[in-house]
Amino acid sequence: MSDQHHPSGHDPAVAHHFESADQQYQSAKLGMWVFLATEILLFGGLFVAYSVYRSNHPEIFIFGHRFLDKNLGALNTVVLIWSSFTIAWAVRAAQLKQIRLLKWLLVATMVFAFVFLGVKVGEYSSKWKHGLLWASRYAPHAEEHVGVDHNAAATSNEASREVGSSGKPAVVAASAGSAPESGSSRSTIPLAPEGPAGLAVEGEGSAVGHETSLLEPANARIFFSIYFLMTGLHGIHVLGGIGAMLWLLLCAFRGDFDGGHFTRVDMVALYWHVVDVIWIYLFLLLYLIH
Amino acid sequence: METDTLTVAGAVGVDRVDRGSYLTAGGGVRSWLFTLDHKRIGVMYLAAILTSFFLGGIFALLIRTELLTPGQTIMTADTYNKMFTLHGAVMIFLFIIPGIPAALGNFVLPLMLGAKDVALPRLNLTSFWFWMVGAIFALVSIIVGAVDTGWTFYTPYSTTTGTAVISMTLGVFILGFSSIFTGLNFIVTIHKMRPEGMTWFKMPLFLWGLYATAIIQVLATPVLGITLLLLVAERTLGVGIFDPSLGGDPVLYQHFFWFYSHPAVYIMILPAMGIISELVSVFSGKHIFGYRFIAYSSIAIALLSFLVWGHHMFTSGQSGITNMIFSALTFSVAIPSAVKVFNWLATMYKGSIRLAAPMLYVLSFLFLFAIGGLTGLFLGALATDVHLHDTYFVVAHFHYVMFGGTVIAFLGGLHYWWPKMFGRMYSERWAQLSALLIFVGFNLTFFTQFVMGSHGMPRRYYNYLEQFTRLHQASTIGSYVLGLGFFIMAGYLIHSLFRGRPAPANPWGSATLEWETTSPPPSHNFDRELSAGDPYDLDSLRYDPNIGGWVRKNPQSILLAQGGTT
Repeated sequence: MSDQHHPSGHDPAVAHHFESADQQYQSAKLGMWVFLATEILLFGGLFVAYSVYRSNHPEIFIFGHRFLDKNLGALNTVVLIWSSFTIAWAVRAAQLKQIRLLKWLLVATMVFAFVFLGVKVGEYSSKWKHGLLWASRYAPHAEEHVGVDHNAAATSNEASREVGSSGKPAVVAASAGSAPESGSSRSTIPLAPEGPAGLAVEGEGSAVGHETSLLEPANARIFFSIYFLMTGLHGIHVLGGIGAMLWLLLCAFRGDFDGGHFTRVDMVALYWHVVDVIWIYLFLLLYLIH
Repeated sequence: METDTLTVAGAVGVDRVDRGSYLTAGGGVRSWLFTLDHKRIGVMYLAAILTSFFLGGIFALLIRTELLTPGQTIMTADTYNKMFTLHGAVMIFLFIIPGIPAALGNFVLPLMLGAKDVALPRLNLTSFWFWMVGAIFALVSIIVGAVDTGWTFYTPYSTTTGTAVISMTLGVFILGFSSIFTGLNFIVTIHKMRPEGMTWFKMPLFLWGLYATAIIQVLATPVLGITLLLLVAERTLGVGIFDPSLGGDPVLYQHFFWFYSHPAVYIMILPAMGIISELVSVFSGKHIFGYRFIAYSSIAIALLSFLVWGHHMFTSGQSGITNMIFSALTFSVAIPSAVKVFNWLATMYKGSIRLAAPMLYVLSFLFLFAIGGLTGLFLGALATDVHLHDTYFVVAHFHYVMFGGTVIAFLGGLHYWWPKMFGRMYSERWAQLSALLIFVGFNLTFFTQFVMGSHGMPRRYYNYLEQFTRLHQASTIGSYVLGLGFFIMAGYLIHSLFRGRPAPANPWGSATLEWETTSPPPSHNFDRELSAGDPYDLDSLRYDPNIGGWVRKNPQSILLAQGGTT
């Protein structure tokens, strides 16, 4: 059927199995909305994980969120909201056959997306430098406390470095089934004091020291696991959006939109709005809690 | 809902000259692998899932052979663990989830709508390719270190075992996308491409089944996707979400997993119920009884399916009140299921029943699904579940629903649409023999397991007490009978492809639109533009002995020009 040519009288932009351009557009639009529902549910799993851990252990989140830079998060939020504006305008331009404007708006949206990713890379590398990583690689160094008003002693700095460097690389550790730090094996037997249900809430003023001598609640590392999982999956979606916009740009230069066929632009824009909305929730839930 | 007919104004004249079918429309492997034709994609899916079914069946026979005697019979305990995991994973993810929607549904759905294709043909092909890639991942994992976790991949064992969990779960992740794409496509097609005259409540019930299935595929599968990604991240990076030693919660994995996998069993059974609704009407020669109730009950099952996942975890440490809520919700699933069964029975009442092979499968289904469904209530009841949990009773219940329900209905549908797909009739006599062997073999295999389970035989055990030997041996013999039934089926179906009597357009006397085109259909499906009337108005047909099939008493009645005013 693919090789069957469109019969005369059938708009070549309408696939052979559709009756009209409108039916084709409506089908694409419904398909896109259903796809976006699956995206929401994909992230939904992570939002559920977030909710479960936050409701059981709010102290972990209150402790952890201070290590995230609110200003950078806010900057990225603004950047993405602007990018939503430019892509919405791009849909309008495609509808009005303003191809030149469409191209510029697509470029602008991509620039915003790259700015977002650039800021994100900056945030990630600072977390990396300070050892604020996901659970098995979590080995905070003392200097990151500059931002949280404790200037920890150099000795604890040394100690935490040791812990951090004694950990095997995560991949090896995971496949070997041994823990990268603190020597506790990742066994099948839950360790009662460390299990999610058995945590004592350690107040911020508590002087009880963790092995890294930070004033942190037990299992604060889970916050960073969730942070990296949620923002990482979101980042992959931003990359996907950039790819989709590159494709649109290619289509624009090929002249695909000259006849006012804006369906593709509309679909990518819908996707991009969802990516933005998810970020706004991430910003609220990870950066702006107290 | 605006639905327009599918005009191919210019094409009709051209295509009438070409009498070839979709099977002969293009030669060579490429014309198949890169086709956008839903019928070819359906046939490729059919070949692929039947291959998986064969593979999963071999694993099953090996498991049963090992269990002939206590202790080691043919394999070591480690191999046995891998065998039952592979049997489960292959049968669930490669065969039974895509089975009816992707193979039969892909072929039949656009034809039932009188349409030329599904709404998104490229996505349809993508779905098939994703299935292939996912299957390759799964096969690679079998070769490099077959998984021994059970098909549920429970943490923390799945994050610590040395077997190839990552490639298996990535395979399942990709297969999930394949399933999502099929479901998405069906939702869009059913919404946007129904022909004139086919309102929602004039759709064939198979489409209601596929629609309800598609809702679950689209809403539940992404949750499995993120769960498996978390599992992979747990193994590669150690994110700790499911790892108690890092502060995580392994029971959260079970919640995530069953949030998908309980609805997934309805992904398996709902399209099967759709097939039964079609077959029971046609082979009873009677209009379906209680159309609206059957249609609504499909949607009701789809919605309830999202609310009962906790019944897999009654013994996982949930609170008592949670258990009670999940138990009550589980019982409520019985209502729409029973609504369907009673409507099918009422359809048969005073009908003129033809015991052709598809109808034999319908009768098998009614019997086996009733047992499977009712034993589900034993397991949904809290007190009995504690006793029966993780015994062979669960295995038997699951197989009565999934094999006795879904696979039997799939076979019924396969026999029903086989003439439409390949334009050939199979040998009715051999088909009846095979249906009988499958029914007897199945009951021998799995009814014994109900008995064993209620006596306390735990599932998945390699070894067992002497007292279970006879029942295990009976079960194994049953599995061989079952295997023989399938062997015979493979024989006569393959034989029919080459030597079968050419099939008429409508061999069964069905009133749905797929029988209005030739068997097999041409690439563009229909030479005429059709409008839809009542899909179960069997009185509008009469048997024509000259062509050995059924024809419309008034052939004009379904043409668009006449039928636009329903």
